[in-house]
Amino acid sequence: MASPSSDNSTPKGEPWVWFTSVGLLIGLSMVAGLLGLVLINGFSVFWAPPVPTVKFKDGSEIVGQFVQRRVRPNSPASDPQYERQYQIGLRELNSTSYVWVDELNIIEEKIVPETLGLERMENGPAFITPKTIVDAAGKPHAMDATAFAMIRAEVEHASEIRERVLDINQNKIGLVNAEMEETRISLRRAEDRQEPTVVLTDKLKTLDTKFAELKKEADEISKLTARAQLEGVDAKGRSVIIPFAGIVRAWEPNRMTTMDRIGLMFSRMHEFLFDAPREANTEGGLMPAIFGTLVMTVFMSLLVTPVGVIAAIYLKEYAKDGTVLRVVRICVNNLAGVPSIVFGVFGLGFFVYVLGGTIDQLFFSDQLKYNNNTPVFGTGGLLWCSLTLALMTLPVVIVATEEALSAVPRGMREASLAAGASKWQTIRDILLPASAPGILTGVILAMARGAGEVAPLMIVGVVKLAPTLPIDGLAPFLHLDRKFMHLGFHIYDLGFQSPDSDAARPMVFATTLLLIILVVCLNLGAITIRNRLRARFKGASF
Amino acid sequence: MSNARIQPRPVADTTGRPDFISIKNFGFWYGDKKALESMTFDIPERQVVAFIGPSGCGKSTLLRNLNRMNDLVDGISHEGDIAIKGQSIYDPGLEVISLRRRVGMVFQKSNPFPKSIYENVVFALRVMGVNNRAVLDEACETSLRKAALWDEVKDRLNDNALGLSGGQMQRLCIARAIANRPEILLMDEPCSALDPIATGKIEELIHELKTQFTIVIVTHSMQQAARVSDRTAFFYLGKLIEYDTTEKIFMNPGQAQTEAYISGRFG
Ligand SMILES: Nc1ncnc2c1ncn2[C@@H]1O[C@H](COP(=O)(O)OP(=O)(O)OP(=O)(O)O)[C@@H](O)[C@H]1O
Ligand SMILES: [Mg+2]
Repeated sequence: MASPSSDNSTPKGEPWVWFTSVGLLIGLSMVAGLLGLVLINGFSVFWAPPVPTVKFKDGSEIVGQFVQRRVRPNSPASDPQYERQYQIGLRELNSTSYVWVDELNIIEEKIVPETLGLERMENGPAFITPKTIVDAAGKPHAMDATAFAMIRAEVEHASEIRERVLDINQNKIGLVNAEMEETRISLRRAEDRQEPTVVLTDKLKTLDTKFAELKKEADEISKLTARAQLEGVDAKGRSVIIPFAGIVRAWEPNRMTTMDRIGLMFSRMHEFLFDAPREANTEGGLMPAIFGTLVMTVFMSLLVTPVGVIAAIYLKEYAKDGTVLRVVRICVNNLAGVPSIVFGVFGLGFFVYVLGGTIDQLFFSDQLKYNNNTPVFGTGGLLWCSLTLALMTLPVVIVATEEALSAVPRGMREASLAAGASKWQTIRDILLPASAPGILTGVILAMARGAGEVAPLMIVGVVKLAPTLPIDGLAPFLHLDRKFMHLGFHIYDLGFQSPDSDAARPMVFATTLLLIILVVCLNLGAITIRNRLRARFKGASF
Repeated sequence: MSNARIQPRPVADTTGRPDFISIKNFGFWYGDKKALESMTFDIPERQVVAFIGPSGCGKSTLLRNLNRMNDLVDGISHEGDIAIKGQSIYDPGLEVISLRRRVGMVFQKSNPFPKSIYENVVFALRVMGVNNRAVLDEACETSLRKAALWDEVKDRLNDNALGLSGGQMQRLCIARAIANRPEILLMDEPCSALDPIATGKIEELIHELKTQFTIVIVTHSMQQAARVSDRTAFFYLGKLIEYDTTEKIFMNPGQAQTEAYISGRFG
């Protein structure tokens, strides 16, 4: 029966091997390109290159960090002309931080060793030539060999003081504020019910004094460094005075060694990861957004896993096969295809207004009545975001769990039942442990989808800037009602809602990089757990 | 070589109840398909009964009815009755779980749980709510000794059972099936995946176990049936063709079909 050509013909599947590998190649190169772009652009935020002084034909000069080069608009295609973008900083003087210059106008780029880079609390960075350092006691120092060390020491000192002031403002005053808020509500209630109010007004007075004292303390502390300042000149020869209290970091871009640059990079990364944002989110760190994303994702997983697993157990093990079950299955699978914004709308309409509104009516009616109708749960917040995403990712967990349950060898189920275990005991002791790796795979997929989701969150509780974290030292520690920041939304906000898109651009890439890393880390964590579990089943088939 | 392992079969214990398991006019359907024709026979207490017959003749089906394992299959139905010690297993007052606690089962493919050896053995006790460590330890050791596995695993009771060899796993499954001291032990081709040495061990085991348990074993090996059983039932196409003492079936079968099957002329 062998076909006559079977000896000399090439294997039939060969062209398809190429075809499929091309598909894989395209996919891989797209992923690699995306990651490469994000990686390069993301890391350049932290890198401090030399800062040249650029001289122009008309005699003017700028000092700035090179950003990018592009073909000038309407330059002839045959003879392209380029223009360059520099970050010149000093927004208060230059009105803009970034400038485009025509390459034809540039005479030379020279590296001036004295150039000093400053990262500031406000108005972006500054590149100046320092002239005089005024220390905390008001004593001026000329620039000499030890001047940069002195600048650093002053910056250090100023940032220590800034931190102390911040601690008072945020933690201590925050505590007093919260207590005042509560007392005011109690006061209004007492007035309303015509109960004695003396105790409360007294308490309010004490709190007021406490508040004033703390404010005064903060002022005293910030005065410690109020006189320290740095005087210098910018590229146009204008004199610039920058108080040390407003400087975050100082570096000498044209004198540093590579090691110094790496050190600076790590210091910036540290700030990026562990500090709060500054300057409309375009500078500073992302700690609140990282934290918000993490807390929300973990909380979502905690919600979706038990619900999904229980639903899947019912569908797989208890529900009678039939039309109803089939319809339910179809619904669950279709739920996975519903656009996420629809879940957001549902979350707002049902969770926030109906559920949250009811909770407020039932448990926070005083709050509503005596606090200008400020809702507690009846507005977007962490709980509703987690619930909305949990609902969105529920089908993933249900389907994965059902599949994992089906994949448990029939023999194991029979062995358990034959040993006299009830159905529930079999599920609890045998089926669930055996399908744990499969269930975790579903949870991983759910987490990956949830962590990267933005659209529904925008309407159920994620904000551009949240003053407080969802977990802190104030009882009850986990504040489910609070609005929070989220990396995905942060990217959208920075990239498309920021007034200064040039300043925001590097941050967008860095944030994107961080979000990708965060999702990868979450997944790796879950995959590690899954593999540990799987190892227990090794040798199950022989 | 395997002959060297054949033990002389102990004389059948006839002191027990002769109708310990009583199958009366029992027939069985998977959906519309009739898998067992109506059949009637008794299995005596503390004896070994072998079910033999060609593949697909319904041996497993009948065996799995004795502990109602077939309840897991959709669309089954039966006629007639099966009674253990006079009580119908279909009695609505009898819970399936308590039936299965009295009727242990060992499957063709060993199926240990992905738990420790210890937890595997005491599983049946745990699900009965026994958590007293001393009781469990005792049951674990006795069962493993009876299953001739104790010496091999006594130092690694907390290791995962999936690390055992195929033969050890099957003996572990036997230990697990007898840990809660059932009255009846059902074995569906327990040795089909084992080498002759492990098979020999399990056959020895059956000899020992039958002093305490009533054993029903399905086997494809004529020699095995001859070696271990007191009585043999021969099935063909869902019908019980012949049921008698093993000696009679193998030396002097009453039916031509039995004779043909045993002598290997079909099947
Ligand atoms: N779950 C089931 N659903 C439908 N039919 C079944 C099912 N299990 C078994 N059968 C059918 O019932 C008949 C008897 O099967 P059974 O498994 O009892 O045979 P057996 O004698 O044990 O065979 P073997 O020696 O190959 O194990 C076969 O025809 C089989 O196809
Ligand atoms: Mg069978």
